[in-house]
Amino acid sequence: MTETAIRGEAASRRFAFRPLRMRGMLVPYALITPALVCLLTFNVLSIAVAAAVSLTNLDISGLADHSQVRFVGLANYRAMFVDPAFWEALRNTLFFVALGVPTLVVGSLAIAIALNHSKSRFFRALRAFYFLPAITAIVAISLIWGNLYNSQFGLLNWLLSVIGKGPVEWLSDSTIAKFSVALVAIWRGSGLDTIIFLAALQALPAEYYEAAAIDGAGEWRKIFNITLPLMRFAIFFVTVTTLISWMQFFDEPYVLTQGGPVHATTSMSLYIYQQGFRGNEFGFASAASMVLFAIIAVVTAVQLRGRRGEEA
Amino acid sequence: MVTTWKRGVSVPIVGALLLIGAVLTAFPFFWMVTTSLKPLIESYNYPPTVLPSAPTLDSYKALFSDFEFGRYLRNTIVVVLLGYVGMFFVAMAGYAFAKFRFRGKGLLFLLVLSTLMVPIQVTMIPTYLILNGIQLTNTLVGIALPTLVSAFNIFLFRQFMSTIPDEFIEAARLDGAGELRILISIVLPLSKPILAVGGVLTFISGWNSFIWPLIIANDQQNYTLSVGISLLNKQLAINPPLQMAGASLMVVPIVIVFVLFQRYIVQGFTMSGLR
Repeated sequence: MTETAIRGEAASRRFAFRPLRMRGMLVPYALITPALVCLLTFNVLSIAVAAAVSLTNLDISGLADHSQVRFVGLANYRAMFVDPAFWEALRNTLFFVALGVPTLVVGSLAIAIALNHSKSRFFRALRAFYFLPAITAIVAISLIWGNLYNSQFGLLNWLLSVIGKGPVEWLSDSTIAKFSVALVAIWRGSGLDTIIFLAALQALPAEYYEAAAIDGAGEWRKIFNITLPLMRFAIFFVTVTTLISWMQFFDEPYVLTQGGPVHATTSMSLYIYQQGFRGNEFGFASAASMVLFAIIAVVTAVQLRGRRGEEA
Repeated sequence: MVTTWKRGVSVPIVGALLLIGAVLTAFPFFWMVTTSLKPLIESYNYPPTVLPSAPTLDSYKALFSDFEFGRYLRNTIVVVLLGYVGMFFVAMAGYAFAKFRFRGKGLLFLLVLSTLMVPIQVTMIPTYLILNGIQLTNTLVGIALPTLVSAFNIFLFRQFMSTIPDEFIEAARLDGAGELRILISIVLPLSKPILAVGGVLTFISGWNSFIWPLIIANDQQNYTLSVGISLLNKQLAINPPLQMAGASLMVVPIVIVFVLFQRYIVQGFTMSGLR
């Protein structure tokens, strides 16, 4: 028997004789390690990497040869703030948020209240149709809508021609394209918000409505005087999550228009992607992503604070 | 009172409005399937035909013969399966957070939840750089890795597993079973409802994932369905039936899963809404 083998055996015996409690203490850490390593690498560590990279000139050549990477201080941030495309992306994002978030919150709430209006089988069957867009792949959805929007043989222009209107350049007119892209995202986003609202509605206590019915309150009165006030938290919650997801607006313009025509539908996220993976300017794109992160963090914090203020 | 709606009157009206809305919402999917079955010439017809005059599966065949959708499909399935490896990690972590007391537990759990707030745009570039550093770009493992573990699922599993009575676990421990054995043969079988929710959500997110395959896969070899389908949009001559066949290939399995597991999906989304 070689010396290492003996030492190995001794080690394993020592391990075996270790009091059970000691080993038990390590178990939970062992159980959470795989999950935590994945999560922290791609979330916590990556923020640190993004922050560090944003201060360098890292690009595709720097990726191959690390000696070319240089610390450039805030040069990326300065370059970004004088880039007109950055400001346009920021404006576009604000436009999408201003259009999409109120439409989605009000629309989904209205659909959810309507779906909750009756407990009949027919109403329950209808739910599935409204939920469906939420779970289908964005790529497929964009292809479908691209087909409907097509200016030569698309269905929408044909429908317009039926009522005697001329063809519309759904995706190639810079103003209309913004609305077209947002409409697809609204259609897709409505499913999830409706599900959340519907769940909240079903959890509302029935007594309030019974009392209101005795008082002879009409359906509209019940909605405005009972449902909406009781749904305050759900509405607040859906508003915050919808707002955050629209500030990260990416998929629809990426697939439908590639951010065009010119930069008309380029959101902040798409701008970051294009800088990072089209232009291979990782340092510059990281700087842009830090700015977006900061904006999202501030907006969320302001909303949460506003909420707390309201409760107090 | 004149303005008071009688419930008996309002139900059919609301029902009719909802029906119209449902038809409009679902119409793009209907259009997708019918267009995918049209011959190429017919898809350019103006006015467009709603139903194909001579339905054909040619476009579906073309996806597999002229394009490499067989390979994309296989890659997508591999990515989904890797997602289930991730779900096992999630179950392990959920078990630890639910049933053990250990130093730093609260802080670590908070750290897990805090990752929910990190937007993908911030992690996009560093994740690519990290994966590039460990030479996992352009691999299927690399595609699955950034979303392998879902913090939200850890939360779900922990919530559910806390409700499992300690006696079951203690009894197994006295029998000398290892913790992994206990997890697999006792805790997981008792966690079927949450496994169903997590399993369906894992399938949907793996099947639909788009940004990571787009960034991590550099060549056709590792494309998933979503990336392959986005290429159909960049063909020089637009071929609507082919595009719609590709879209159907992605959407129809999800619709089937949705119809079968609607309850779990809605439950999962609802809980995600209340996180």
